[in-house]
Amino acid sequence: MLRSRYQDIIAQTIVRIMVPFVQIYALYVLAHGHYSPGGGFQGGVILAASLVLIFLVYGYENALERLKLATAGRLCSLGVLIYAGIGFLCLLLGGNFLDYSRLAPIFQVSLPRARSLGILGIETGVALAVMAAMYSIIMDIVNSDTGNGESHAAGHEIENGETSSDGK
Amino acid sequence: MLELLLSKYNYWLYVILMMIGLYAMLAKRNLVKKLIGMNIFQTAVILFYVSIGVKTGDVTVPILPYGHHHGHEQAINVAHYLNPLPHVLMLTAIVVSIATAGVALAVLILIYRRYRTLEEDEILKINQEAGT
Amino acid sequence: MKTFILALIIIAGSMLIYGTQDMPNWGDPQSPASVHVSPYYIKRSIIDTETPNIVSSVLADYRGYDTMGETTVIFTAAIVCFLLLRRRDEDEGDR
Repeated sequence: MLRSRYQDIIAQTIVRIMVPFVQIYALYVLAHGHYSPGGGFQGGVILAASLVLIFLVYGYENALERLKLATAGRLCSLGVLIYAGIGFLCLLLGGNFLDYSRLAPIFQVSLPRARSLGILGIETGVALAVMAAMYSIIMDIVNSDTGNGESHAAGHEIENGETSSDGK
Repeated sequence: MLELLLSKYNYWLYVILMMIGLYAMLAKRNLVKKLIGMNIFQTAVILFYVSIGVKTGDVTVPILPYGHHHGHEQAINVAHYLNPLPHVLMLTAIVVSIATAGVALAVLILIYRRYRTLEEDEILKINQEAGT
Repeated sequence: MKTFILALIIIAGSMLIYGTQDMPNWGDPQSPASVHVSPYYIKRSIIDTETPNIVSSVLADYRGYDTMGETTVIFTAAIVCFLLLRRRDEDEGDR
């Protein structure tokens, strides 16, 4: 497991100052995706990068306190659900799948504006899914047990569930 | 020949990059090096797609400046904007390539747990000794 | 073995380079990729969706179904990593 090589006071202070700005910037990239380079994928990856920064300098357990892996799984599912849900909502309102102009009566706006809002909605879903997926993949890989402990029987160790991962 | 090189050198660079990745995937024994080769290959494909969308001349990124709102179709000159389609496709492809690299690393960790090595020939040897 | 692979790579690479003769020149505005559907996107994006960023409108609106598939791929990758790597018996409660 990745040890706390970067955990010193300078890095921790700098990251504590930086992380809110990184997350605000991620939200800006997400919300301003209509008018500048950006969107759900980029905003989600920047959000995940801020969480990974916390993991690098504050350690695995502190990062889990910020965002539990179970919560990350739920957020990932929620993102895909938002995306598909908006698609099915359009279907229920009489349009094609993901035809956002059918959302216009709900928002009381013109048809192109409704499509713009629909884009914002699914970009939010994409950002949630990408953020949670990247975070959960990285945390899973980093915390995985490579079996480099004392036991040499490879399959045996997994069955017993011995935790040979140190450095917590 | 020289004209061909000057007008199509971008494809040649991507072919070279792609062959580096393919060589790593075929010739290297270590599975992590094979994975790195696969990522180089993916990068070559992504660069190839992005270069397809390039237009020379008076061109900017495919974001309309302020003032095109409220329906002025005639004001938009297509030759002034890059082709947005390859950018869209590669935007998703980059994120998906990261996700697939994560899955590949997870599988490599499982292989290491089982065989205690990541060298391909050693894994094959262990399999031959154990099986049949 | 390595020389065989090297020869294979060189043959494949030279065939690909031979194939680039028929590709459009670099930066050609009239290349086939730039005259098929992309003029429609560039012209209609602001009218149809009120979104100046054409990449966003193509990504999420015109080709939204494709993007939904990509999101599902990322979701599946996260699930696969979770199923392959996470140990089940060590977590006490919700983590």
